[in-house]
Parts: sequence; C-alpha cells; structure tokens
Amino acid sequence: MAALTREETEALIQEVLEVYPEKARKDRAKHIMVNDVSLESSKKCITSNRKSLPGVMTMRGCAYAGSKGVVWGPIKDMISISHGPIGCGQYARGGRRNYYVGTTGIDSFCEINFTSDFQEKDIVFGGDKKLAKLISEIEMLFPLNKGISIQSECPVGLIGDDIEAVAKKAAVEIGKPVVPVRCEGFRGVSQSLGHHIANDSVRDWILSNRDGQAFEKTPYDVAILGDYNIGGDAWASRILLEEMGLRVVAQWSGDGTLAEMENTPNVKLNLLHCYRSMNYISRHMEEKYGIPWMEYNFFGPTKIAESLRAIAAHFDDHIKEGAERVIAKYTPLMNEVIAKYKPRLQGKKVMLYVGGLRPRHVVGAYEDLGMEVVGTGYEFAHNDDYDRTIKEMGDATLIYDDATGHELDEFVKAMKPDLIGSGIKEKYVFHKMGVPFRQLHSWDYSGPYHGYDGFAIFARDMDLTLNNPCWGLLKAPWSKAAQEEQKLVA
Amino acid sequence: MAKLRQAAIYGKGGIGKSTTTQNLVAALAEAGKKVMIVGCDPKADSTRLILHSKAQTSVMSLAAEAGSVEDLELEDVMSIGFGGVKCVESGGPEPGVGCAGRGVITAINFLEEEGAYDEDLDFVFYDVLGDVVCGGFAMPIRENKAQEIYIVCSGEMMAMYAANNIAKGIVKYANSGSVRLAGLICNSRKTDREDELIMALAAKLGTQMIHFVPRDNAVQHAEIRRMTVIEFDPTHKQADEYRALARKIVDNKLFVIPTPLEMEELEDLLMEFGIMEVEDESIVGKTAAELAATAA
Repeated sequence: MAALTREETEALIQEVLEVYPEKARKDRAKHIMVNDVSLESSKKCITSNRKSLPGVMTMRGCAYAGSKGVVWGPIKDMISISHGPIGCGQYARGGRRNYYVGTTGIDSFCEINFTSDFQEKDIVFGGDKKLAKLISEIEMLFPLNKGISIQSECPVGLIGDDIEAVAKKAAVEIGKPVVPVRCEGFRGVSQSLGHHIANDSVRDWILSNRDGQAFEKTPYDVAILGDYNIGGDAWASRILLEEMGLRVVAQWSGDGTLAEMENTPNVKLNLLHCYRSMNYISRHMEEKYGIPWMEYNFFGPTKIAESLRAIAAHFDDHIKEGAERVIAKYTPLMNEVIAKYKPRLQGKKVMLYVGGLRPRHVVGAYEDLGMEVVGTGYEFAHNDDYDRTIKEMGDATLIYDDATGHELDEFVKAMKPDLIGSGIKEKYVFHKMGVPFRQLHSWDYSGPYHGYDGFAIFARDMDLTLNNPCWGLLKAPWSKAAQEEQKLVA
Repeated sequence: MAKLRQAAIYGKGGIGKSTTTQNLVAALAEAGKKVMIVGCDPKADSTRLILHSKAQTSVMSLAAEAGSVEDLELEDVMSIGFGGVKCVESGGPEPGVGCAGRGVITAINFLEEEGAYDEDLDFVFYDVLGDVVCGGFAMPIRENKAQEIYIVCSGEMMAMYAANNIAKGIVKYANSGSVRLAGLICNSRKTDREDELIMALAAKLGTQMIHFVPRDNAVQHAEIRRMTVIEFDPTHKQADEYRALARKIVDNKLFVIPTPLEMEELEDLLMEFGIMEVEDESIVGKTAAELAATAA
C-alpha cells in the first residue's frame, strides 16, 4: 500500500508544481507520474532524457562525468587523461569509490588525476602538442599502464583539438591502445550521453583488439557488465557466480582490466547489472558476436535468488544445481539478517532519487526488510528504465524524472518518508530537515551492497541510519519545542 | 587633455583594413596625436608598416613562450614605431588549430590590466580580423572598449554584404553598451559610381561615408618598403587623402546605432546601381537539361 492514495499523490504533484511559471509547470508535469502497475509502457505517462529547465536545481552531471567518471575511470590498468582545464579531472578523482586490487601508481591508476591542465595558451594555440607530450611522459613514468583513454572536457570540442590524430600516432609510438573519447560535457542533456559515447569508444577502439586470437573457452564463461565495484560490489557478486560454477571472464568496469574487456567477446553470456550505462555495448556484442545478454539484480535475497535462477536457466543442469546450492547455502544467513533487522525497519517508508539502476533495483532489498519505497526517480534515465520501474514500484507511488531541488524538498515534506536514499548533493539538505539519509551512489563510505554479503551490510546500514538516536536531538535546546519536550521528559 | 577615443576598424577580409588603419594612424601621429594600434588578427600584420617589420611578436606567442600571459610585462609586447605610434599584436594560432578568438580576448584583457591605455593616449585603433566569426572578434566592441566603429568597404557586392553584417553586430552591442557606428571608409576598387553607392548604403545604415580613399599605386609602392605613404612619400597626393581621413575622424561627431538593411533591401540597392542582375526566379533549381528543354 502506498503512503498516499492515487488522488492524494496527484494533488501533491499539482501543489508542488504550482510555484513554477506556466511553461516550466507544463514541462515538469510531464516528468512526474503516479505509478500504475498495470501499464506496459511508460511512454504516455512520463517524459525523460530531456534538457533540464534553466533556473531549477537539477542534480544531473555531464557527458564527461558519464564517460570518465562512470565507464572508463574504474578500468584499473588503463590511464584516463582528463583533457582540458584541471577542475574536471580533479573533482572526478576517486569520488565513486570504485575499489580495485593493485598497487596504485604502479599497475593501477584509478585514483590518480592525469590531466593536460589547460592554460590560456592551450586554448589559443590548441592542446594537441601538450597531449602528445603528456602521453609520452605517462609512458615513461608509468610504464606498466596497459593503455590510455583521452577524456575530452568542454574546451576540446570548442577549439576542435584533433585528439584522434594524436591518439593514432601515440598508439603506434607506445604500442598500446590510446582511445580518444569525445565526451565533452556540453554534449547531451546529462551524463547518459557520456555512457553511450564511452560504450561506442570501447566498441571502436578496444573490443575487437583480440579477435581471432587463441582463447581457452569453457561453456560457463560469463562477463559482468555495468558493475563498478563501488565499495566492493562486483566482488560480492562475482563470488556467487563462481560458486554456482560459472567462470567470470571480465568485470566491466569496476576492478576491471583492459585484457578482460578485450576477452569479453569470447563469453557465452553477458550479465548486465547497470542497464543504463552498458546496454549499448551489450547490444553491440549481441549483434556482432551473437552473445546474448540479460539483466540481473543482486540487491536483496529475493532478487538475488530470482536472478541466480534466471542466469542458470541459460546453462546446463550443472549450473542450475549450482544456483540452487548457492541459494540454499545463503538462505539461512539471510534469514538471520532479516530476523535481526526486519523488526526494527518493518513498515518504514523510503524515498529514492538516484542514477542508473538503483531507483528500481534496490526496491526489492527494502521490501525484504519489510520497508516500502513510496517514491523513486532517476537523474538521467530513459523511458526503457521507467518501463522497468513501473513493475518494481507499488501502485499509486510517486515517480519523478530529473527531479529539482524544490520538488524533492516538497515531496519529502508531504510524504514524510522515514529514510531517503540519494546522493551527496541532496544529503545535507535532508539532514538539516532531520530526515535519515543514506547515500545510494557511494554507499556512504560503506558497502558492498550487492550479493548476499552485501545485503547483510545494507540491512545493518539502513538500521544504523534510520534508528540512530541523533534524529531526536536536532532541535536547538533553546527552542520552544525542545523545551516543551524537555518538560515532558522531566 | 582630451578623453581617450577608442575606435575599431572592421570590414571584409582583404579590403585593406590594415593598410588603411596604418596610413590613417600615421597621419594622426604626424598631426601630433598619441596613438596606439592593437592588431586583433592571428596573422599579426596590423603594425608592419608602422614598425617596418614582417610581423610583430605578438602577446599570445610571447605568452606561450613564457608559460602564461601573467608572466609578461607591457614593455615585452609593445613596440614603438613611426611617429611614436605604440603597437601591439594580439596574435594567435596558425590556421586550423586552437582558438584565435580567445587569443584576442586574452590579449585585450592583458593590455587593460597592464595599463596600456594610459592617459597620454588620444586614440586606440583596433584592427580586427575580417569576419566577426565568434565572440572573441567582437571583444573590441564590447563594453568599455571601442566606442566608434569604422567599416572599410568598397563598391563590390561582398564588401557591402560584409559591411551590413558588421552593422548588425554593432546593433547587438550598441543596445547594451556605448558602441556606435561612426562611418564607412570607402577604399576604392574603382567600380562604377562607387562613391554614390557607398553614400547610399551609408544613408540607409543611418551613417556617413566619412571619406572616399581613391585607389593609388603609391600605397603599394610604400607597402613594398613596409612603410605608410605618409612616411614614404609625404608629398604624394595619396598622403593628403589619409590626412583628410584623419582630420575627419578627429572632428567626427556622428555616432549612431546603425539600421542594418534586410537582405532584400540590400539587393535592391545593388540592383539599382547595376551591381547585381535582377534575379530570374524561373531558373532557380533548374538543371541545364531542364532549361534546354524549356527553351526548345
């Protein structure tokens, strides 16, 4: 049951949009819907992947963020050059907590900011020469890098730097892949186009590098796509796949390597966790190499079991038995977790506002804990994401696309959720409103949340946050309300 | 001491902006005015006749050498030429790379911050690349820069198109700032009724043809020697033409927000003067074969 009835939710939307000028109100109305689980397609009730309105506080990122921050950045043995002024690279450095095994600065480079640090003269005279020099310096200082990607910041597109020519020449000189990526931040409406551009550049410069080379295949080869190993997510997922008898050939791109990506065309099945950021390359591999792909969800025991069985259905009995064995092994552990935390979380309401997959993928995990997601939304989803979301969310719940600061504030005030799951930009606003909050981009310095191991941590973190005594201490001691409460206690 | 006047010279590429500007500036200097030229063109050829040089070392090339523009001093970038004329070139990249417009912006900001526009100056002239292709080349006409714009043109069709387009650009900045169109300088190409045509165009734009500079080989003779006519052969009658232009600019009081022409209006004017044929709409989009069939 939703927190509000369908009519109440519709009235709330109208009320929240009331403050906008007419044109903005009309536009924003198309981006917010009351869920109807009977719908097959979201097309008629929500608009997505459109330009944000000027003047609102959108939470979106840019194409560079989607390419460098999401797709390319976590590949641990490649170096991503932020080509342009220094800020983009510096503020995109290590913020997503993409864990990796390796020695930073020797064979792994995710946490280091490599940038061409544009100055006025580079804008005026072009940055090509500097880029070429930077690549040869990288090769000299970090010889164990396996390849380089050039992530374009805005000015590169404005002044027309020929990064493709530099990349081709440098690739010959250093004998490694050098990938030019045209992910200038002003392209597209959000980070979403950056994912697409990054996928395309992987396709064009990486994926077919080992075509025709010998590779020892097994019938159980799979690749994990769209897991960025935030707080160790991909590790907690990988062990389950391996326990059921599969061989994980590649992780894209959390704790991933160039060699893994180049070997991916050899797998039997691509397993896609974040559909939004890697459906493009999955579709390409299906077309070119005939590799099927499937989406899965490793949040919470219910969805994990469903996903393990769905994955096993692509293989023989050996794997199917493996899946059942894994589920049977972990179910008692999960029951313990649920027995411990469900009584403390039962019936609590959650609102979400996140990115690629979590606004729908974590719904099941909350439901396993007896909690209910009453509102959800995406920063940069497309309608195929909303098609999938409609089925995960309860009837008459609220769904919002590219929500603005004002809308989130007002929805939270009206719906009074017990917990909000969103990002760093939203976090402190809701803390100040006294609402328990978890970051669902970075897991708030915790994690993993994927897999069975991850669920135990997820459940603990939600309890820690929601039932934290600090929320009762937010009123200033000199305020009237606090004094009255004090009297009551005395 | 009179207030510093800042003027920018625009016009179609190859029309003679740099030559006209330098001869004009030489005439002003001869008359005792303190003048500075700021070349706003990556080719850096706006000061060669004053300095007798091939191309002056520019702000941007010096900045690239030194590391950044903040590392430069004013005296590094400024040269003094004929008649004490101060010369600066913004400079910029070779064709096909980087951003020349940003070079102009950077150079002009540098000059302002370094106090190049000192109180002794009577005039600053910006000599700007032919087409205002982006915001950088509009820098000289933004707020607190040039207040008077002179457009160099001739009786050729494309030169007049360009002049009209530049007038449109001026309108954009005139409405928010103090920039005004101050006149057309006709640099003659010896086309028919050229003076009348430019006067008619000027009238339609709401401005004046401030001077008609006749075509004379003396300009080329001086230019081969990297000199202005004023300096090379001060007694030549062409030198007097530039002196006349200089005097008119000193005395100029007609600063207007231009009224650019619609394309049709401009074409009517060109047709009136026989520069453009009356357009035959019936042949538009027809191939040679189709036309032959119609004729037969």
